[in-house]
Amino acid sequence: MIAVDIEKKLKAYSGLQILQIKKEFEPGSVTRITGPSGAGKTTFIKMIAGLITPDKGSIIANEIWFDSRQKINLTPQQRNTGFVFQDYALFPNMTVKQHLEYATNDAQWIARLLNIGKLDTFTNHKPGHLSGGQQQRLAILRALAIKPKLLLMDEPFSALDIKMKAKLITDLQVFFKEIGATVLIVSHNPQELDGISSDELVMGEI
Amino acid sequence: MDLSPVWLTLKLATLTTLILLLIGLPVAWWLSKKRSLFKIIIEAIITMPLVLPPSVLGFYLLLAFSPQRGFGKWLNDVFNVQFVFSFQGLVLASVIYSMPFMVSPVKSAFQQLPLSLSQASYTLGKTQWQTFRHVLLPNIKPSLLTATVLTFAHTLGEFGVVLMIGGNIPGVTRVASIAVYDSVEQMDYASANNYSLILFAITFVMVIGVFIYNKYQVKSPLE
Repeated sequence: MIAVDIEKKLKAYSGLQILQIKKEFEPGSVTRITGPSGAGKTTFIKMIAGLITPDKGSIIANEIWFDSRQKINLTPQQRNTGFVFQDYALFPNMTVKQHLEYATNDAQWIARLLNIGKLDTFTNHKPGHLSGGQQQRLAILRALAIKPKLLLMDEPFSALDIKMKAKLITDLQVFFKEIGATVLIVSHNPQELDGISSDELVMGEI
Repeated sequence: MDLSPVWLTLKLATLTTLILLLIGLPVAWWLSKKRSLFKIIIEAIITMPLVLPPSVLGFYLLLAFSPQRGFGKWLNDVFNVQFVFSFQGLVLASVIYSMPFMVSPVKSAFQQLPLSLSQASYTLGKTQWQTFRHVLLPNIKPSLLTATVLTFAHTLGEFGVVLMIGGNIPGVTRVASIAVYDSVEQMDYASANNYSLILFAITFVMVIGVFIYNKYQVKSPLE
């Protein structure tokens, strides 16, 4: 169980707004996070990963990750969440294979990831020589490479065509189960995750 | 022609560049992260040699490291190190004088990298050092090369600050730029011409090399 109860002041167009979220996520569940632009979806998952610090509240996974009262705040490295960034955040200097090798030493796991991402023939390509869809798949594979117990994905399928998306989502489900990951997916497209998400968090306009 | 001023200049520029690579990289990285008043003050101090007359900087260094009093005397008494009228003094002055040429371009390059690159590395369990070494540094290579060459070339061309703290001791502090001045003073235009030509050629080749490497993306030296 991952229990989140946090508060964060955000600078919005109309002045300071308060982002307040209280939610529990079942282990192994896939939750879709929706809401209008500017609702704080990205900020929310970055706070869970430890990349942004909430003003107050707590985040409890298997241990306390964040607690403003006890002054506990684990680093992103200690939380070890898989994170797929909206801008992919690929390393321009690394090839596809080097991205995965940077994350893990498990060669077999890397081979499997490359296979489901359909990137096996692009292992020596750097991000600059990949299409948008390939870059997005690589970002997903890199996050999965560390076998995270919590996977946070920010619009992870936006650049994929419908056919590729459907196949990848089916394949990913197998991986999620295998590594026992709890998954939070920020998505603009409500239909995109039909059938795989078991829960939903709707974030209102703040 | 006495080539020792040229060798001395190259030795000084190489040492200064190496030292500035060691100091300048971490400083630039530190400055590129979150702003604070303290950082702004430090950055202003680092940038000062760009606008300050070199003779002013040299004068202050001369005062600070004078073996007759204060810090300079202490260095001399305790460590037997003298920075005034010595080669190590030239290195120290050059490091301070050329620091903005190393720090500014590298800092800008770090700032232009998306924040998400480091964040992605952290979520993969990598430390700040691993992230710096494997993600940030390789992705600022062109700027790093520009900064290194500019630092080297700028040190080749130092005059005022070097003259103030080092004087004009043959084989010790008489670098090529001072040899040019000295030759002219002695009406030895042939030597002045030779030294000037060597300095011109070296700097020109280096600058053009950087521009070619950066694929004709001619950038301002301080970008």
